[in-house]
Amino acid sequence: MTADAILEVRRLSKTFGGVRAVNDVSFSLGCGEIVGMIGPNGAGKTTLVNLMTGVLQPTSGIVLFDGIDVTRQKPHQAARRGLARTFQIVQPFPEMTVLENVAAAALFAAGAESVWAAREQAREHLEFVGIGKLATVLSRSLTLPDRKRLELAKGLAMRPRVLMLDEVNAGLNSGEIDAALDLIRRVSARGVTIIIVEHLMKVIFSLSDRVLVLHQGALISQGKPAEVAEDENVIRAYLGSRFAERHKGLLRHG
Amino acid sequence: MQGEAARGNRQVFVLALAAAAVCLVAAMPLLGSNYAVRVTTTICMFVTMALSWNFIGGYAGYPSFATSAFFGFGAYAGAILQTRGMPMLAAWVAATVSTALFSYILGFAILRLRGHYFAVGSFAVLELVKLGASNWAGLTGGGSGLNLPIVPGGPEFAGRVFLYSMLGLAILTFAVAMVVDRSRLGFGLRCIRQNESAANMLGVDVDRLKIAAFVLSAMFVGTSGAIYASWVSYIDPTDMFSILVTIKVPVMVLLGGAGTLFGPIVGVILFQVLEERIWSSFLEVHSGVLGFVIVLLVFLLPGGLLRLPARLRLLRGRQAAT
Repeated sequence: MTADAILEVRRLSKTFGGVRAVNDVSFSLGCGEIVGMIGPNGAGKTTLVNLMTGVLQPTSGIVLFDGIDVTRQKPHQAARRGLARTFQIVQPFPEMTVLENVAAAALFAAGAESVWAAREQAREHLEFVGIGKLATVLSRSLTLPDRKRLELAKGLAMRPRVLMLDEVNAGLNSGEIDAALDLIRRVSARGVTIIIVEHLMKVIFSLSDRVLVLHQGALISQGKPAEVAEDENVIRAYLGSRFAERHKGLLRHG
Repeated sequence: MQGEAARGNRQVFVLALAAAAVCLVAAMPLLGSNYAVRVTTTICMFVTMALSWNFIGGYAGYPSFATSAFFGFGAYAGAILQTRGMPMLAAWVAATVSTALFSYILGFAILRLRGHYFAVGSFAVLELVKLGASNWAGLTGGGSGLNLPIVPGGPEFAGRVFLYSMLGLAILTFAVAMVVDRSRLGFGLRCIRQNESAANMLGVDVDRLKIAAFVLSAMFVGTSGAIYASWVSYIDPTDMFSILVTIKVPVMVLLGGAGTLFGPIVGVILFQVLEERIWSSFLEVHSGVLGFVIVLLVFLLPGGLLRLPARLRLLRGRQAAT
């Protein structure tokens, strides 16, 4: 798998004061994979995403993107390389239209040659995520599901090679989640490698090729969804025994 | 699409209006008294300063109080060079370049600060530069100031020279603002104003863009300082590093509409008209009344005069929706 790894982290650690938020984590992502990342609140998931996108600098360890050491990159450099992310708390530019929000991503991360070209590209991405009709609306007036779609459109407009989705489904109802799942599958079909950070097991287990489990900053398990769901450590730390029982059945049948 | 066409039409209309205003200003020496020429020259100077402040305070959303620092810096740079024998025009250009350099270096230090901290930091810069000008007497003449050579040809001719210089500078600054408004830089700065870390994550090189905005906010102010120094032919620290001007300029932009292309110009005119009217009607308490009117306007027109139509549309839309 390391042969065609697009993103690899080696022995990554981050301490805040005395707290080890991320503790000696190593893993790699293969090209085109969908990898789920789970763990209880405070397990270090968002910190890990921040370390991989240059928002935070690790205390030790390295991040390799496409074989290049990018540990010390700044956020805008990560974005231009094709390491894109969405936010747990969606962050649109409130006074701009939906279209302008996406055009910003196309212009600055994907390097569209002009503001005009960026707007044209943005239009396509909005159609793709299904909010083409909302192009001229101010982004602050969007509903939550549409904001999440906007985040995804922004992510796509960055022409990412790796897209990190930080809880893009939080706060959605089950119908909306199904639509979101479908959308993520279609993004993946374009050849984008996806890391999906999520609390909703339905999302993680139905999408992921592989699952990483973080607990207290450490990677305690990784593997296929079915393997992880049966891992004693994971059940103890996160899933709970009732979930494991229920999902044994689910995974076998579905 | 229709909206964009309408917007284009409106811009053509406003540009025509601006062109008419330029002609009016240019014809001022024929139409008005020396007093009118002087007032018009001052208005052009403030237009340059307001347009400049708009780059950093309006587009990027960094409330700078360094305007007077750059004005004074440019004035002293121009004056020092002129007293040492440099021709006036060359001294103005040199003042522009040195103010740009000064702001570039300064930007690295204070653009790390955000919000109120940046505002306080930029204010500190003003005090520091003023202290420098007061104490480095060998270069700046200290508290007793500097005398500049007087432009030959009589006061009327000199008045025209400085009117057209300030007008030309205002037009140049506006042209740059127009380019920035439509460019990648302007777009990036708007992103920074609304959410700097999100902008960074979308690939905006925030540090570089902020410094560009800061330099743009300084360089033409430096030129206007140098022109002003030649105009009044005597400068001293208290006059050049004026706290009133450093506050007046942002207020003008806020009145007109920060982050819009024409807002600063509208704001300067609105402010000057208010100031003149209030000055003549309330001789004793004019600055108090002016302050009150400004507070009132800022409360009633958040976003400035030019954002009013958009805000009204929004309100009407909301009423229609409910």
